[in-house]
Amino acid sequence: MTLFFQLTLYLYLLATAVYVFHFLSQKKQVRAVARAILLTGGILHTVYFVVRYVAAGHTPLTSNHEAVSFFAWSMTWAFLSFWWKYRVKNFGVFVTPLISLLMLIAAFSSQEMAPLPPALKSYWLPVHASIAIMANGFMALAFCGGIMYLLQEREIKKKKFGIFYSRLPSLEALDNLNQHCLALGFLLLTLGIITGSVWAKQAWGTYWQWDPKETWSLITWLIYAAILHQRLTMGWRRRRAAIMAIVGFGAVLFTLWGVTYLLGGVHSYVG
Amino acid sequence: MLAESIVIIGVNHKTAPVAVREKLAFSGDCAGPLLTLMDIDGCRECCFLSTCNRVEVIFVASDPAVAAVAVRGFLFAKSGLGDAEAQQYSYLYQGKEAVAHLYNVAASLDSMVVGEPQILGQLKQAYRDAVEQKTTGVILNRLLHKSFSVAKRVRTETNIGGSAVSISYAAVQLAKKIFGSLQDKAVLLVGAGEMAELAAEHLVRQGIGRVIVANRTLERAAKLARKFNGTAVGLAELTTQLAEVDILVSSTGATDLILRKDEVKPLMRQRKNRPLFLIDIAVPRDLDPEINDLDNVYLYDIDDLKNVVDVNKAEREKEALRAEGIVAEEVVKFGLWLEGMELAPTITAIRQKANAIREVEVAKTLGIMKSLTENERRSVEMLANAIVNKLLHEPMIFLKNSTPHDNPQLKLAFIRQMFGLDKESPEQQPPRENV
Repeated sequence: MTLFFQLTLYLYLLATAVYVFHFLSQKKQVRAVARAILLTGGILHTVYFVVRYVAAGHTPLTSNHEAVSFFAWSMTWAFLSFWWKYRVKNFGVFVTPLISLLMLIAAFSSQEMAPLPPALKSYWLPVHASIAIMANGFMALAFCGGIMYLLQEREIKKKKFGIFYSRLPSLEALDNLNQHCLALGFLLLTLGIITGSVWAKQAWGTYWQWDPKETWSLITWLIYAAILHQRLTMGWRRRRAAIMAIVGFGAVLFTLWGVTYLLGGVHSYVG
Repeated sequence: MLAESIVIIGVNHKTAPVAVREKLAFSGDCAGPLLTLMDIDGCRECCFLSTCNRVEVIFVASDPAVAAVAVRGFLFAKSGLGDAEAQQYSYLYQGKEAVAHLYNVAASLDSMVVGEPQILGQLKQAYRDAVEQKTTGVILNRLLHKSFSVAKRVRTETNIGGSAVSISYAAVQLAKKIFGSLQDKAVLLVGAGEMAELAAEHLVRQGIGRVIVANRTLERAAKLARKFNGTAVGLAELTTQLAEVDILVSSTGATDLILRKDEVKPLMRQRKNRPLFLIDIAVPRDLDPEINDLDNVYLYDIDDLKNVVDVNKAEREKEALRAEGIVAEEVVKFGLWLEGMELAPTITAIRQKANAIREVEVAKTLGIMKSLTENERRSVEMLANAIVNKLLHEPMIFLKNSTPHDNPQLKLAFIRQMFGLDKESPEQQPPRENV
């Protein structure tokens, strides 16, 4: 089982290296290789989750290792799905390092399989946890897009064309990417909170109990709601939208880790 | 040697000043020159290229030295210059040098603006004309086709045409980096001068949606607007229009700034932060340089654009060096083909191919039939030998015997194609470019 995880990790690292090489050389064949490696990694990663599900007897989304690994899985597949309809030039070189980083964090977390507390035994677990983490995946892509936007914008604004100007897509394309990812991510985030709340009613008898994770999810949700609202009505586009995608992702990360390790609560991981 | 029969004689911007080039004066029609050239004694194939920067004749002749004088005479017929002067203003390449020169021309390495893309189209047209007049044969057909693929290789493997080397094109490229597609975007031209017109032409060619012209005298604005199917407005409407458009090209003769930061700032709120690309090509400048400090506003003046162009030019020169490497490689390849296009090497190549097939097949068969005696094995080998030799007999006779009406190269090319002697690995299909 750990073999699948190790292999996935190495493939992601290799894909990252090849994407970097493609970014510098801009040879199309290299990109095809990078994508194939990432795709193989994504498939093995899926296999890893299936195997772990069978071994654990419950949805493997309850420890930090599992959650972060699934976060990386969501990013990989969200990114690969873009290839099908919505392509962004040289996106891979920004996305794969983050995927690799998440996988490294997962690799260094405890991989033990802890028994599931009775409160968590519910078919809501896979639904709620996977939706909530997939929302993170799209927010992470928006974060990468935001960084690309700022790099590209900087070169155009300062009139000094370095490594990014010719390689990154147009500002318009990056701004569209931002909107696309945030809209999908926000939808999933909303669903994640709703399913969580329904589950809470079943498990603890109340829809909302101001558990730190709940509170921070709500804060994150409000931040993204504000971003999208301002974007549609006040014209928070472009540069500001890019910055906000980065700030919002900070809130996502805090909800993921900060809450668990600093604040505790019922959402703290089992493992 | 066959290679030595390929000759290029021509005049270009490097060898002759425009005063000489314009006297050569070949206009549009190519059929006339092509037929005159074919009448030259010993000229077997020819192709005629005439652009504003060059006139050249690419030909294959049995006696190149004699034909060269005649071709030069034809080129300079209308100029009134003698052959000595004509030699001084023109260049002559023969054999591999001619091949290299043609590749350089096709790949735009010999152009005034290195990497400009038009020359390849012009060369392709010249070739089409020659094909129509049936003045090309085995050698030029292959040479010209190769030159097109070399040009394509240079274009895909180097970044020679990648960056803009003219001011207006640099501006268009920047606009595309900001807006992506220009289709639903609008440009406002302030001032109706020549520079504004040139920039607008580029933008229209890139598919810009709408053109608006603002000028002090409305009449001139209307005239320019008509040219681009646009609308004309007075200069007083500048800020109202600026709330709507995406690109502004300013080129007025005004001595003072016509647009300041405090005027643009409130506009950005109104525009809901849709980006604004301001191009100031006027000297003295029309637009306040501080406008560039505003968010989502990008202001480029003439010097900024010139810097972009200079950087790009230096980049192109670097890429040109890499391109020359590709050309050198391809010249060698063509040389190999030319060498094969003689009788002896072709016969050798056919025999080698047949023998290679025979050896493999015999080995395969003997590998299966292990129980054969030594004598029987020899019989199998002899059988294979006999089949190969008898099959090759007639084609060899066909190749070696020539009647006076035969075109030996056509025959060689035909046989080589039949036996698949010049097969290269199939060219890779380039993958789709992403957005």
